[in-house]
Amino acid sequence: MKQHKNLKKLGCCAIALAAFAVGMPVAQAEDTLFMPSLTYRTGPFAGGGIPFADGYADYFNMLNERDGGIGGAKIVVEECETAYNTQKGVECYEATKDKGALAYSPLSTGITLALIPKAAVDEIPIFSMGYGLSAAAIGEKFPWTFVYPTTYWNQMSSILKYIDANGGVKDKKIGFIYLDVGYGKEPLPLLENLSESMGFELAKYPIGGKEMQNQSAQWLNVRKDRPDWMVMWGWGAMNPTAVKEAAKIRYPLDRFIGNWWSGSHNDLRAVGASGKGYLAANFSGIGQDFPAVQDILTHVVDKGNSKVASRDDVGNVLYNRGMFNAVVLAEAITVAQAKTGKAAITGADMRDALENINLDEARLKELGLEGFTGAIKGSCADHEGAGSVFMQQWTGDDWEKVTDLIEPMNDTVRPLLEEAAEKYVSDKPDWAAQSCG
Amino acid sequence: MLYREAGQFKTSYSADQALLPIAQDRIGLLFILVVAFIALPMFASDFFISSIMIPFLVFSLAAIGLNILMGYAGQLSLGTGAFMGVGAYSCYKITSLFPDLNILLVLFLSGFFSAGIGVVFGLPSLRIKGLYLAITTLAAQFFLEWCFIRIGWLYNYNDSGAIEVPQRMLFGLAITGPHATPVTRYLVILTIVSVMTLIAANVLRGRIGRSWMMIRDMDIAAELMGIRPLFSKLSAFAFSSYYCGVAGALMVFFWLGSAEVESFDINHSFLIMFMVIIGGMGSLTGCFMGAAFIWVLPVILRAIPPAFELNILAATMEHVSSIITGVLIIFFLIVEPHGLARLWRVGKEKLRTWPFPYAT
Amino acid sequence: MESFSAALDLFFLSPFREMTALPDLLLQVIWEGFVSGILYALIALGFVLIYKASAVFNFAQGIMVVFAALVLVSLFDLGVPAWLALILTIGVMGILALSIERLVLRKLVNQHEAILLMATIGLTLVLKGAGQLVFGGEPKSMITEELGLSTGSSDWEVFDGIVIFQHIDIAAAVIAIIMVAALALFFSRTRIGRALRAVADDHQAALSVGISLNQIWAIVWFASGIVALVTGIMWGARSDVSFALEIIALKALAVLILGGFTSVPGAIVGGLIVGIGEKLFEVYWGPIFGGGVEAWFAYVLALIFLLFRPQGMFGERHIERI
Repeated sequence: MKQHKNLKKLGCCAIALAAFAVGMPVAQAEDTLFMPSLTYRTGPFAGGGIPFADGYADYFNMLNERDGGIGGAKIVVEECETAYNTQKGVECYEATKDKGALAYSPLSTGITLALIPKAAVDEIPIFSMGYGLSAAAIGEKFPWTFVYPTTYWNQMSSILKYIDANGGVKDKKIGFIYLDVGYGKEPLPLLENLSESMGFELAKYPIGGKEMQNQSAQWLNVRKDRPDWMVMWGWGAMNPTAVKEAAKIRYPLDRFIGNWWSGSHNDLRAVGASGKGYLAANFSGIGQDFPAVQDILTHVVDKGNSKVASRDDVGNVLYNRGMFNAVVLAEAITVAQAKTGKAAITGADMRDALENINLDEARLKELGLEGFTGAIKGSCADHEGAGSVFMQQWTGDDWEKVTDLIEPMNDTVRPLLEEAAEKYVSDKPDWAAQSCG
Repeated sequence: MLYREAGQFKTSYSADQALLPIAQDRIGLLFILVVAFIALPMFASDFFISSIMIPFLVFSLAAIGLNILMGYAGQLSLGTGAFMGVGAYSCYKITSLFPDLNILLVLFLSGFFSAGIGVVFGLPSLRIKGLYLAITTLAAQFFLEWCFIRIGWLYNYNDSGAIEVPQRMLFGLAITGPHATPVTRYLVILTIVSVMTLIAANVLRGRIGRSWMMIRDMDIAAELMGIRPLFSKLSAFAFSSYYCGVAGALMVFFWLGSAEVESFDINHSFLIMFMVIIGGMGSLTGCFMGAAFIWVLPVILRAIPPAFELNILAATMEHVSSIITGVLIIFFLIVEPHGLARLWRVGKEKLRTWPFPYAT
Repeated sequence: MESFSAALDLFFLSPFREMTALPDLLLQVIWEGFVSGILYALIALGFVLIYKASAVFNFAQGIMVVFAALVLVSLFDLGVPAWLALILTIGVMGILALSIERLVLRKLVNQHEAILLMATIGLTLVLKGAGQLVFGGEPKSMITEELGLSTGSSDWEVFDGIVIFQHIDIAAAVIAIIMVAALALFFSRTRIGRALRAVADDHQAALSVGISLNQIWAIVWFASGIVALVTGIMWGARSDVSFALEIIALKALAVLILGGFTSVPGAIVGGLIVGIGEKLFEVYWGPIFGGGVEAWFAYVLALIFLLFRPQGMFGERHIERI
């Protein structure tokens, strides 16, 4: 009878569940380097998450193929799908942390914020490359979080410097259009502070997470307010829609600057020629013209071991960004192995290595990335690197680098970051800070 | 054979009216409680406790809240996520304003804010019902979501709009914050959920619960019999929102450790509604079954490819689990609209006469 | 006292002052609201079609819009010419309609409306997962030019400023009006239209006069699928085709409250009210609240409307009120 069958099904499910209760079997070989990859290949931000995850995984796989891993230990990349959802991100973290995870790069400010306190307790470093909590630049307060090559706050200062160099900032009106989530709101305190000290008027245009494709009202407000410059902190479907709307209201696109997450190939290809002139900040190189990228093509993509949809996607802005994330972590592993003398390292070793990282021009050339980005040097107190960004411009079908590296206004920003870090730890009485001799 | 009541005589009215009159039921529940309170903390892995049991309990509580509103009082609601959010944010504000107050007391208080908001958005139920009410609860959902982002006071003007859970102690143990162990958090949640389920079971059996069921079945007839619809409906909203609010506070303080607005968005409202539908509307055990089903199913599905050495992308498994959940919802609605709870009840009936196919 | 009058001024007077200060912007806002209202109305139209004929509230309408657009774009990406892709997509939507009718609706005949609603919610999940599985999760661009829709814009110089009309918006408005007119005629003049209304009233009575429920439902879901396709093309042309559209489709619920669940002209009027109201509120009152009020304005408007006229402006008075 139907009910009997259903009862039997229920019984089987119950037994299966009991099997999980006693623990998930974890198989692990010796001497592997476990790099979990919190990806989002689904959901509204998949457009950005997919190329990043591809670049990240491909670099590690290339190291496995070309060099046999790092220091003789193979790298195991395990992807866990978060769909940019904080809950799932935390779940992925809990599921993978005991497998010997060496570092986490969640590619989501929301997930990063949730993981920062946990990772400090579990002793696994978080490498939130150019996103997450800007205050984590202060190494004393955030021993387990790293933000190389620069934070949102410093990036904003570089952008403001560019604006200043192209017509001045004082007495101008700068519009800030941003995704109304943690990521977009992150640079607001700095903007408000600098608007007073640098003498410009700030206009804010928040875009709700569910309203990303429905921005016409906000852009009509932009038309009403007529800001001299627009700066965008967007992600996912927000980017192409914003550029399209800006073009619709005839806003001069060469006065519209997106941050480094708002200037990718996927986003602007959807806009096409009407987005010509739009500017974006970037810190990672574009294109396939780097020996490291060529190696990825040879050893991974052409052998069919990559998840990229097509060979031309290698070298895209976000692909190279994900690859660079892996480059920094691979460098940290190398440094950690050298320091400890073992191939199999722990999270704590990674942390020490990340603090001592020194990716200068010579080292970048060795890695096959000459001219890819500015040098990164970390220290105990500086988990940021105060790196520079360059501006790139959309030509209608590709990105073109149009400036050299613009240094941030670190002297102004660093004290503000220290204040923010102080504020973060002030209500956490047992926060484990460190002291840097 | 196993479930026969032969030999169980009730000799007082109170024994007859007990929550679980059959001895086997009492033994079964005791067994489950023993497993939950003692066996699981001792033998289960940390991952199981923190990523399966804790979310299961939190969602069961939220499902109980929604079930009270949808299943027992018959008012369709799509605002569960927002009510959970109200509970979570009020808990956060109270504990940041009064850090020395015991966190459990704060939890208890935060539910009242959620209940208040629930009553306000439940006022339209006095004039409209069914689908239309569902749409007004959508108004609650989106408006409250906007409030959570826009009203900086709620998250103490944190730069990123997220709330970080401060550490709170109970009997010298950390029970919230990153230092709280999964087992500690699990036991706290389990206790709270058990107590609240007991309270809900009793309220549902009592006068108020019966009035809700009367309103659900035939509201005009109920009014003719003397039930005041104003009080009934609003009390249903209040009670349900209280439970959802506490569930939301538990979710943020004991499970996630931090929260942003996305934790309370419309997808969560749908998720909990699915749990209620599959578990069975109008049944408390159904809430637990539905929550277990909807939460654990994707975890099992995600664990299948590695177990069988299949190289399927994690993203693909997400889509597949979405498809399977949808198919199962449709399947349950076609085959058994009263959900898993009805299947369970039928099973128990069969057990009473087993091994005979029918009782003579 | 001063701050009270300042607050009054802020809420009630200064937005209107702003409106009159830049009249060309006001016209632009109204036009944008009009266009988005038309698009909401198109989604609502799909709901109305199905509800009118089968008293089922098809929660999956939003995802059907996305699905239809994705099928079209994916076929085109595979190399199929645009006109053929269009025809094939209509075919796919037809097959989808038939399978939904056969697998889901037939088994749920005469069930309570809440059960049917929840079945369509389950359907949404299935279509969402299947869509992402088959087409991938990234946003895609609509093949606007290939379909023969112009992508330029025209200016209108008025009030010392300009109002910019995108050609695609004009096309959307025209197509929507044609579609509404055709559907209104269909329901009131043809035999099938009358059969649809009979089925909407009472399944069993319709069966007893010889109307084939299964056939009617298949037809109406198919029609709704075509409406979904047109909506998907129009929405996709303005902003990309992605699964984020599905949440915007929830706004159509608010439109339905205003216009009534069973009225085709009501869907249009309701859509326009929601669309224009939303844009005006966001542009002129939004900055007072810090922005982002578009997310909830439509629903709160529907809520207020519900308290005074639950059946909508054009709907039938079927609501039980206490």
